[in-house]
Amino acid sequence: MTHPSSGEAVAKPSPGGLGRVLDQRVLLSIAVLALLPWLLPSKALAVNVLIYGVVVMGYNLLFGYTGLLSFGQAAFFGAGAYFTGIAIGRYGVPWFAAVPAAVLLSTCLAAAIGLVSTRTRGIYFSMVTLALAQLVYYVALQAASFTGGENGLRGFTVDRISLLGFQVNFLDPVNKYYVLMAFAALAMWFQSRILNSPFGAVIEAIRENEQRARACGYDVERSKLVVFMLSGAISSLGGCMLALHLSIVPLDILHYQTSGMIVMMVLLGGARSFFGPFVGAASFLILEDVISLWTPHWQIFVGAIFVLFVLFLPRGIWGTLLDAMGSGKARR
Amino acid sequence: MSGELLRAEGIGKRFGGFVALEGITLSFAAGQLTSIIGPNGAGKSTFFNILSGVLTPSSGKLHFRGRELNGLPQHRFVHQGISRSYQITNIFPDLSVHENVRVAAQALIVSYDILRNRAQLVELGARADAALDAVGLLTRRSELARFLSHGQQRALEIAIALVSEPELLLLDEPTAGMGPEETKDMVALLERLADKRTVLLVEHKMKMVLGLSKRVVVLHHGRLLADGAPDEIRSNPEVRQVYLGQSEGYG
Repeated sequence: MTHPSSGEAVAKPSPGGLGRVLDQRVLLSIAVLALLPWLLPSKALAVNVLIYGVVVMGYNLLFGYTGLLSFGQAAFFGAGAYFTGIAIGRYGVPWFAAVPAAVLLSTCLAAAIGLVSTRTRGIYFSMVTLALAQLVYYVALQAASFTGGENGLRGFTVDRISLLGFQVNFLDPVNKYYVLMAFAALAMWFQSRILNSPFGAVIEAIRENEQRARACGYDVERSKLVVFMLSGAISSLGGCMLALHLSIVPLDILHYQTSGMIVMMVLLGGARSFFGPFVGAASFLILEDVISLWTPHWQIFVGAIFVLFVLFLPRGIWGTLLDAMGSGKARR
Repeated sequence: MSGELLRAEGIGKRFGGFVALEGITLSFAAGQLTSIIGPNGAGKSTFFNILSGVLTPSSGKLHFRGRELNGLPQHRFVHQGISRSYQITNIFPDLSVHENVRVAAQALIVSYDILRNRAQLVELGARADAALDAVGLLTRRSELARFLSHGQQRALEIAIALVSEPELLLLDEPTAGMGPEETKDMVALLERLADKRTVLLVEHKMKMVLGLSKRVVVLHHGRLLADGAPDEIRSNPEVRQVYLGQSEGYG
C-alpha cells in the first residue's frame, strides 16, 4: 500500500543532533501535558485526554507511521483495561504488576490478531481487524463471569498508588492526573524510541513503498506484525490507565465505535505527528463536551467537523500547525 | 572476474492457461553486461521477476553462485546478492534522498532493532552517500525524493539497488520515459557500472542496447530466440524479423 505523500517534509536531523531531538519532543510533550489540568475546564477531561492520547498514539504508530488503516484498535484498548481490572479485582495483583501483565497479555492478543490481519492488505486488512476486534467484544460480552458482561467489569478500586516507599492518594484528581501522566510519559518515550530506531526506518519504508521495501530485503509481513504488536502494546497501556482511573471497565470500550473514535482522533490531531494524537484526543473530547451541552445528537456535528477535516485539513490540527511553523523543524 | 554466476535451467512460467515463459535455459558469467530484449509480451519482465524472486517459476530451476534459489521468498534475494530496479520508478517518495538509500543499506544488517538510534549506524550513512555519489546525486541528498526529476529518480533507484553491493544487478528499462539528455546520462552511468559489476538489463532502446552490451539475449513469445554478441544479434535474420523490424521507432 503506497500512500500518496501527504505533505510533511521529513527533514532528518543530522546524526549528532538526533539524541537531543528525541529528548526534546518527548520533554516538550510532557511539559504541555503537565500544564493540561490547569488549561482545561475540568480535571476529568484532562485525564481523558491523557488516556485517549496514549491509545491514539499507539494507533498512530500503525496508521500514521506504517500506513496500516486498522478499524480494530479498541480491542487492545479494551484488553488493557479488562486485563488490569481482572488482575486487580479477581486475583488481587498489585497495580504495579497488573499493568505490565495486562500490557503483555494485550500484546499477545495483538500478535494473534496481527498474525491473521497483516497477511491481508488495504481494505481487507481494515475489515479483518474490524471483524476480529468485534469478536473480542462478543467474547467479553459472553464471558460475563470474568468480565461482567454488558454491565462492565466492576469490583476493583485502586485508591492508593504506592511505589518504593512513596504513597499517593489516588482518589485526589490532581494526584491521579500526574500518576497517569507518568504512564503517558513512559509511552511517549517508548514511541519516540521506536521511531528513532532502525526499525522505525523500516516501518517508514513500508509506508512509503511496500514493494520497494521488500525488494530492498525487508520481510514486510513480519515487520507489519511487529509494528502491529508494538502499536497494540502502547494502546493497551491507555486501557490500563482507564481501568485505574474509572475503577470500572465499561463494555463499550471494546465496541467498534471506540475504534472509529480512535481513527477520528488521530485524523483530527494529525497522523504521523508525534504530539498530534494528544491534540486530536483533546479536540474530540472538548467538541463532545461542548456540543452535548445543547444537543444530545453531538455525533452529527463531530461527524461533520470530521468530514471537513478530511477534506480540507488532511494533516490534522497539529500537523497543519507544524507545517505552518516550517517543516524543517523537528516534529513534536 | 569469470565463472558462472547465475544459471537458469528450463525456467517456465504459466499464468492459468497462458504460457509466459517456457524452457529458458541460460547461464550468465560474472562481470559483464547482458541485455535481454524482445517485443512486448516476449516474457522479459516475467523472466526478470523470476530472477528477482517476485514470481516463482512454474517449472525449472535457478542457481545463483551454486545455490538453488527456488522457494526463497523475495526479500531474501537481496541477501543472496541479487538486487533490482523496476520499470516504473520505485522509490520512497516522502523520504529524503539520503534516507532512501540508507534504509536500503540497513536491510542487509538490521530490521527489528528498537534499542539503538538509527543514526548510530554511522557506516550505513557513509555507504549511502557513496552510492549516491556513484550515481551523481550526492548534492541532492537532503531533498525529498519526490522532488527529484524523473531521470534523477531513476538514478536514485539504481543507487538503492547498488548500495547492497549486489553481485548481480538487474535493471528493468532504466531509461524508460527519459528524454535524450537524461538517457545519455543514464547510459554513461550504465557504462561505469558495467566495468565493475555483473549487470542484466531489460531495455527497449535498440541502439543503446547493442552499444552497451557484451551479450544480448532475445526472447520471443516466452521462448529463447537468440543469444550472442551484439553483432551476431544484429545480423540474425530471425531477430530482425520479429524485433528489429518493428521497433525502429525505439532506436
